[in-house]
Amino acid sequence: MTGLIGRTAADLAQALASREISSREATQAHLDRIAAVDGPVHAFLQVDAEGALAAADAVDARRAAGEQLPTLAGVPVAVKDVLVTKGLPTTAGSRILQGWLPPYDATVVSRLRAAGLPILGKTNMDEFAMGSSTEHSGYGPTHNPWDLDRIPGGSGGGSAAALASFEAPLSIGSDTGGSIRQPAAVTGTVGVKPTYGGVSRYGVIALASSLDQVGPCARTVLDTALLHEVIGGHDPADSTSLDEPMPDVVDAARLGATGDLTGVRVGVVRELSGEGYQPGVSARFAESLELLRAAGADIVEVSCPNFPYALAAYYLILPSEASSNLAKFDAMRYGLRVDDGASTVERVMGATRAVGFGDEVKRRIILGTYALSAGYYDAYYGSAQKVRTLIQRDFDTAFAQVDVLVSPTAPTTAFKLGEKLDDPLAMYLNDVATIPANLAGVPGMSLPSGLAEDGLPVGFQILAPARADDRLYRVGAALEKALESRWGGPLLARIPTLTEVAR
Amino acid sequence: MSEPVELMDVDQALEQFDPAFGIEVHVELNTKTKMFCGCPTEFGAEPNTQVCPVCLGLPGALPVVNAKAIESAIRLGLALNCSIAPRSRFARKNYFYPDLAKDYQISQYDEPIAFDGYLDVELDDGTVVRVAIERAHMEEDAGKNVHVGGATGRIQGAEYSLVDYNRGGIPLVEIVTRTVEGMGERTAEVARAYVATVRDLAKALGISDVRMEEGSLRADVNLSLRAKAADGEDQHAVPLGKRSETKNVNSLRAVERSIRHEIGRQAALLAAGGAVTQETRHWHEDTSMTTPGRSKEEAEDYRYFPEPDLLPVAPSKEWIEELRGTLPESPALRRHRLQESWGYTDLEMRDAVNADALELIEATVAAGASAASARKWWMGELARTANNDGVELADLAATPAQVAELQGLVDSGRVNDQLARQVLEGVLAGEGSPGEVVAARGLEVVSDDGALLAAIDEALAAQPDVAAKIRDGKVQAAGAIVGAVMKATRGQADAARVRELVLTKFGLEG
Repeated sequence: MTGLIGRTAADLAQALASREISSREATQAHLDRIAAVDGPVHAFLQVDAEGALAAADAVDARRAAGEQLPTLAGVPVAVKDVLVTKGLPTTAGSRILQGWLPPYDATVVSRLRAAGLPILGKTNMDEFAMGSSTEHSGYGPTHNPWDLDRIPGGSGGGSAAALASFEAPLSIGSDTGGSIRQPAAVTGTVGVKPTYGGVSRYGVIALASSLDQVGPCARTVLDTALLHEVIGGHDPADSTSLDEPMPDVVDAARLGATGDLTGVRVGVVRELSGEGYQPGVSARFAESLELLRAAGADIVEVSCPNFPYALAAYYLILPSEASSNLAKFDAMRYGLRVDDGASTVERVMGATRAVGFGDEVKRRIILGTYALSAGYYDAYYGSAQKVRTLIQRDFDTAFAQVDVLVSPTAPTTAFKLGEKLDDPLAMYLNDVATIPANLAGVPGMSLPSGLAEDGLPVGFQILAPARADDRLYRVGAALEKALESRWGGPLLARIPTLTEVAR
Repeated sequence: MSEPVELMDVDQALEQFDPAFGIEVHVELNTKTKMFCGCPTEFGAEPNTQVCPVCLGLPGALPVVNAKAIESAIRLGLALNCSIAPRSRFARKNYFYPDLAKDYQISQYDEPIAFDGYLDVELDDGTVVRVAIERAHMEEDAGKNVHVGGATGRIQGAEYSLVDYNRGGIPLVEIVTRTVEGMGERTAEVARAYVATVRDLAKALGISDVRMEEGSLRADVNLSLRAKAADGEDQHAVPLGKRSETKNVNSLRAVERSIRHEIGRQAALLAAGGAVTQETRHWHEDTSMTTPGRSKEEAEDYRYFPEPDLLPVAPSKEWIEELRGTLPESPALRRHRLQESWGYTDLEMRDAVNADALELIEATVAAGASAASARKWWMGELARTANNDGVELADLAATPAQVAELQGLVDSGRVNDQLARQVLEGVLAGEGSPGEVVAARGLEVVSDDGALLAAIDEALAAQPDVAAKIRDGKVQAAGAIVGAVMKATRGQADAARVRELVLTKFGLEG
């Protein structure tokens, strides 16, 4: 990809700082690209050309006045529709919020604005972030730019596809069980789920509060770090936000890019390999391990014996919290209201939720309501919390031996749209490798490790202890450098050209 | 189960049954801001003007605990002789209702901040009853539904309903007693005294406005009956009957009356061979009865689970001890201290307590009045007015400072007793301070001898026969002149001084 849209955020930032280009030019170039290719891709639910250009002009004016601006000032960004944006429709991919205009900005959105990043628009997602394919969006699926017949991952398929289709150099995602990392894996992009509490959840429409974490998405490890730096850090409006300095992720990415991992201990999770993993996925994973070893890392195998129970525990905890978090969509204050004429409160609530929620959302609300019910609570929610504790212990034990853990991000490459829509359990299995990190609150990254036998991208996952997000960037940047020198450039250089069609 | 038409007489009911009760008191904390956001908590603002994304439950908003509310809850817990949990958690209570912005209430469930305490409650005759406290936990209040159209203001028959979220998210502490049994005919009295003591305690702690009429202190009363054992039967073997939970019990009087009502109602049901339904009932102040709400048997499952948006509350031992040091004296100790310093008899003190006048008398004394005169006003003229108007003493327009000022006018002789009552009338009518009423109504005692002498001369001229009698030394005849002067000055003259002036005028001694 050539021109402004082909450049990394770090490049754009430098060109902006040296006034080689203006933010208006960079922003307009991406808006043009969106207009040209988003018809078939459908990464965006809302494009805010006016708002983005106004923000770009403001940055240009400040720079012209000689102001010192934050690193990424003027570099446009796309935001997952799960974050509320003042005056810009926010739906979380659900029909039940169609037309809602939030009166406030999420903390992450405020930080993006304060740092001068023009917001191009809101990206598509599975409804309320429930899904691994973006097919559960109330507004139609997003298509994978590598093959438009395939899923872009989910729930943040829009944020990942926007990067892979060069509609945006940066995007914001949210990861409850893999919704940043799995889309990154299947689109050949980079995504990070920070340590739980590392990025504010204030203004993030909750799926499962104890698992949700907002994170940065980009096409390179360094770009991801630069965005992470903008959005991370303590927020008094989020009680679960960590009140301590963030590790220096940008420094770590630059350190990793020297290619030296001498003394870094890398643990391969035994339970996240083998059966169920596509041969091409396993092959690319093995090659990446060799590159890490060549960079000086010590590679050992470690066991996390409780990981096989993670998926089951996750699908009790998540629906339980979601059933409560989604109760507020009751037609009383905002969003859709279906009045069947009988108009008792109960019937309006029921009719609105029947029409406004999709099947997957209803499935999980029912699951969660059941799991929390008197008489079932201990057996379901209670047991799941115990498994969660065991998984945290697995991580503790593993991180006593190694600095980072690694695995394939997802067991397979992107599957075909519609392929797993009628088989929720098969769909859930996509997240088997990403879910443990959410249950334990530890940070994780996915970065591209090559193409599988089917010509589709494969993701490599790195996990680090809580609060040590910098390790992801160091190891990730080193691997990225090694892979790109083997490929002779970024993986996305090999993506098929998207036919440009006017929207 | 249809409702019994006739209640059983309470005395008769108590011959057959022993009542057991438990009370949940909700104390609304008087923090400046809400439990989980920075919105103000003032009562009576325009609907939906004290709201934000958090207390409106907008998508994405998150709660942050108000530290002052935790402090108040801990102090209340300590004053209730509870243990303070080194670590307690908030939980979500899930149910759908329009006034509940998130469709779940953030409360505490299996890990309350305070538990296992007691409160000593003193009855009128000085008997002290120890009420065991099971727990005190924190939660947020809901908003308020306003039903428009229809006659009653209730949901039945209303055309539509509006919701005011100003109250949504105001911090509450819910205090739950253990079951209180064996109080017999004093059951209602104990219940009332308990709520009054909690109220006094919360007030003394300064953590709540405890205005029952504004809903800042609310009680739910659970009541059930246990049949008295037959001769030779073990009383403990007789099972406790099903209980009703009466809500909307929003005055001390209502606590007492609703208990008596429920005793009579349940006894009538049981005596007629019926059964008590375990249910929520609503107290109606206007009709002095309870009506059924939803049945507990089909009650919702609240699906409590730990609130994932909040961290556990873990007050340090040091902080708890520091807060223990800020506790005020107990209401009972305070009563004894005040009685001693005021020199009231037991009867006088009890009347003052029952009239809820301690605070008012104390403030009146602090404003300079003697304890005796403060009592005279609050338990006399003012109590009569409150009683006639059907309001609480504290709701009268007269303030302790004004009462003290009025007494000052009496003590200095500027008004006499009769005038003072007229001044008070003006104060109660909102005409201003006693001084202002005296000035506006011209009620001051006429102490200007010149004016009095002029009035005397006028009266003598009008009644020459009386004047002649006095001149003849008939001192008693002076009474007629005094009367005329009093009438002419509309009671504002000092009668003794008038008499003195009349006699002096005729060279007589009084």
